Amino acid sequence: MIEAGTPAPDFKLRDQDGADVSLEDLRGQTVVLVFYPLDFSPVCTDQLSIYQELVQDFDQRGVKLYGVSVDSPFAHKAFQERLNLTIPLLADFEPKGAVAKSYGVYNDDYGTSQRALVMIGPDGVVKWSYCSPSALEIPGANLIFDALEPSAA
Amino acid sequence: MSPPPPNGGGEADLRSSGPPELAPDDHVRGDGGRVVIEYGDYECPYCARADRLLAELPIVRVFRHFPVPSKHPRARALALAAEAAGLQGRYWEMHDSLFGDQGHLDDPHLWQRARELGLDLDRFEADRRSPELDERVTRDFHSGVRAGVMSTPTLFVDGEACPGVPGPELLARLRG
Repeated sequence: MIEAGTPAPDFKLRDQDGADVSLEDLRGQTVVLVFYPLDFSPVCTDQLSIYQELVQDFDQRGVKLYGVSVDSPFAHKAFQERLNLTIPLLADFEPKGAVAKSYGVYNDDYGTSQRALVMIGPDGVVKWSYCSPSALEIPGANLIFDALEPSAA
Repeated sequence: MSPPPPNGGGEADLRSSGPPELAPDDHVRGDGGRVVIEYGDYECPYCARADRLLAELPIVRVFRHFPVPSKHPRARALALAAEAAGLQGRYWEMHDSLFGDQGHLDDPHLWQRARELGLDLDRFEADRRSPELDERVTRDFHSGVRAGVMSTPTLFVDGEACPGVPGPELLARLRG
């Protein structure tokens, strides 16, 4: 998967409302791309629900989260409404998984992305990345906060 | 810009903490045996099952709130109700009442439960809306986040995170 220090590959994806979101648009802020396998699958549901509870804490630190999966904008919209998510969801739908592939987090066997987190700094360079050893293991939100504020020690 | 946080702008430390440790004001019951810290949510059916299984064991049980309202819309209100009952000395009674019947979790059901437990209803109503209890529930949630909790229930046994309803192996370990 993509490593810290690498310029983040550009992308332009549609969000749950059909609006284009490109990495270019997100310059100047810290962004975390939350790659997850599929909308509505139980494990992902827990992951995004818990991140949602911490949106205010991410906001305080000037960090914006974006979910990314191979689902369509319409599926994303339904998923977002079902879970009352405000985290935008980007559709890596056509060509399928192209962004996941460019970030090195696509799983060919399942036809979905792996469960991975990529933090991109305001300068567009990858600051931190993490890939779950298995799709069933959810990266704890604590790992994102660790990456944001490395301990002084 | 996001609205100002209710705690006045202080940022909670949410970095990894390692496994949680017993705090002086934790809700604790049982004696002897291992200490099991459970992160749970009163609207979560798996938590109710875990709770029933743990009740049979000779362990020290600690319950911490991990409400995730986007999945369980009443979770936070229920955690606050248990805490409000706790201020009148009936925390575990409300805990058992909630897990004992997850089909009746609306406000009128909470009043009914409070009456059955002999609580002062006016005080219960005021307390469950108090910022102090809200902070307490958030503190439990944050301690879970820092320990890496990402699903409910998650039990901590001997410093090890055990997500999900405890299986036969873990139950045998806790029995012994």
